[in-house]
Amino acid sequence: MLFARPHLLGLEGLTAEEIDFLLDSAESFKEVSEREIKKVPALRGRTVVNLFYEASTRTRTSFEIAAKRLSADTINLSASASSAAKGETLTDTARNLAAMRPDAIVVRHPSSGAPDLLARHVDCPIINAGDGAHEHPTQALLDLLTIRERKGRIAGLTVAIVGDVLHSRVARSNLFGLLTMGAKVRFVGPPTLVPPGFSELGAEIVWDLHEGLKDVDVVMMLRIQRERMNGRYFSSLDEYSRLYCLSADAVARARKDVIILHPGPMNRGVEISSTVADGPYSVIMDQVTNGVAVRMAVLYVLVGRRKAGAEQGEGAVPIALAEASPRRAATGE
Amino acid sequence: MSPNSRDDATRVVLDAAQIHRALARIAHEILERNKGVEGLGIVGIRSRGDLIARRLQQEIARLEGESVPIGAIDVTLYRDDISRGADHHLVQITEIPWEVDGRTVLLVDDVLFTGRTTRAALDALMDFGRPRAIQLAVLVDRGHRELPIRADYVGKNLPTQRAEDVLVRLSESDGLDEVAIRPAGPRIAAVPGTGVESKPASRDTRARRA
Repeated sequence: MLFARPHLLGLEGLTAEEIDFLLDSAESFKEVSEREIKKVPALRGRTVVNLFYEASTRTRTSFEIAAKRLSADTINLSASASSAAKGETLTDTARNLAAMRPDAIVVRHPSSGAPDLLARHVDCPIINAGDGAHEHPTQALLDLLTIRERKGRIAGLTVAIVGDVLHSRVARSNLFGLLTMGAKVRFVGPPTLVPPGFSELGAEIVWDLHEGLKDVDVVMMLRIQRERMNGRYFSSLDEYSRLYCLSADAVARARKDVIILHPGPMNRGVEISSTVADGPYSVIMDQVTNGVAVRMAVLYVLVGRRKAGAEQGEGAVPIALAEASPRRAATGE
Repeated sequence: MSPNSRDDATRVVLDAAQIHRALARIAHEILERNKGVEGLGIVGIRSRGDLIARRLQQEIARLEGESVPIGAIDVTLYRDDISRGADHHLVQITEIPWEVDGRTVLLVDDVLFTGRTTRAALDALMDFGRPRAIQLAVLVDRGHRELPIRADYVGKNLPTQRAEDVLVRLSESDGLDEVAIRPAGPRIAAVPGTGVESKPASRDTRARRA
């Protein structure tokens, strides 16, 4: 077993072997979605709860499709995050959910660390579907898979992550994943959104778009959250897009075989031009397809495994307990 | 050292020449029974069944001058022991790049034991369509069936004790062709609740138990 962790809370701290294992698994799961009958019985009888404290269509749908293609039952819970006592509310919710005996909880929350808190209160696997400005590990895994598929490798590539790095959990997860896999990462954006201190995380900081894209293999665009563009971080949306919108001109600075990723939803004309988004370098639709495969792999690896103290199955490898009892006769005979 | 390392008690039951002859005979039997290759497709069960499937395909091509379509399946997602605590390893790619509907599918595995892998493979195949018929070819039938499943083509019937391991090595994956029996012995155990996982079967020399 190459991925023995109980939860997937982030990519920070995962080893290259663990990430490779998840990506290799995801590659196998892609085939299931290409069948006429897009379903395997692997997680039959298991229950996956999607607990979303933030609006999300793509990620929630992707997790739901992934769980259903593994034959798990899914329940979607959208909760309001307006409660003042968020921590307490979440703990209470966790206890209530745990009482319903789910086999996994997929959680998205506006506060960083919410999935970790949940993991301490329930005894089923927790999968982080995005927490605050902290991490969004399955997004980064699907980005890594897309890059690996298109480039044949991750190590040695230079990846520019462009836009609102400050608020982006996608940027953080990708940074951890890419560095672990041996890529170089460049954060590109205005100083208000790419603070110089971020270089301590191991990324190169470049404030000019054209300079930042020079000779990169991969451009990873981040969504500009319009609500943040109210003058505190940048004077206007217009000015932002004039300086940082990914145009064909800007793309020309990158390597000839560059690929362009965007986690969606896109603000066309703000951070990315339609010419580029729909152009030949864009692998945005690959990302969506790979998202389902990555989430199938993560669910399967976390939910489909041995439970502590579980009975040894009939078809499983019979075991002898250390030196003690004589070999246990396999059941079923 | 891996639990699969050779020791004195390990007994070779088929060598390279014997494996080759057994597969050549099976290829003849397949052609005889199906009156040629018309409408035939071969699907090997990963891992190693897919390698044997490829050898059978080559043998049939040598005899008939025609290439039978081939595919490979990984049955991990169809196993009945996922929720019962079987360790899972990497799920490998399933690829059957042709229509299963209406074809006679020759399912190929290295070892037939409890029949549970075959059961899982049958379910997996049915998800791809409705074959006209499914036939089963195995290099070794070691007995101890737990399900009403039998092979149509058998390389060697091998009486074994239930606790013994049958080790199949093929040159494509293991560097040599050989089938050996290893007696039951103590192995690294799983102690429930401690998080210590049993260590079954590394991928290179994997003892097929189901």
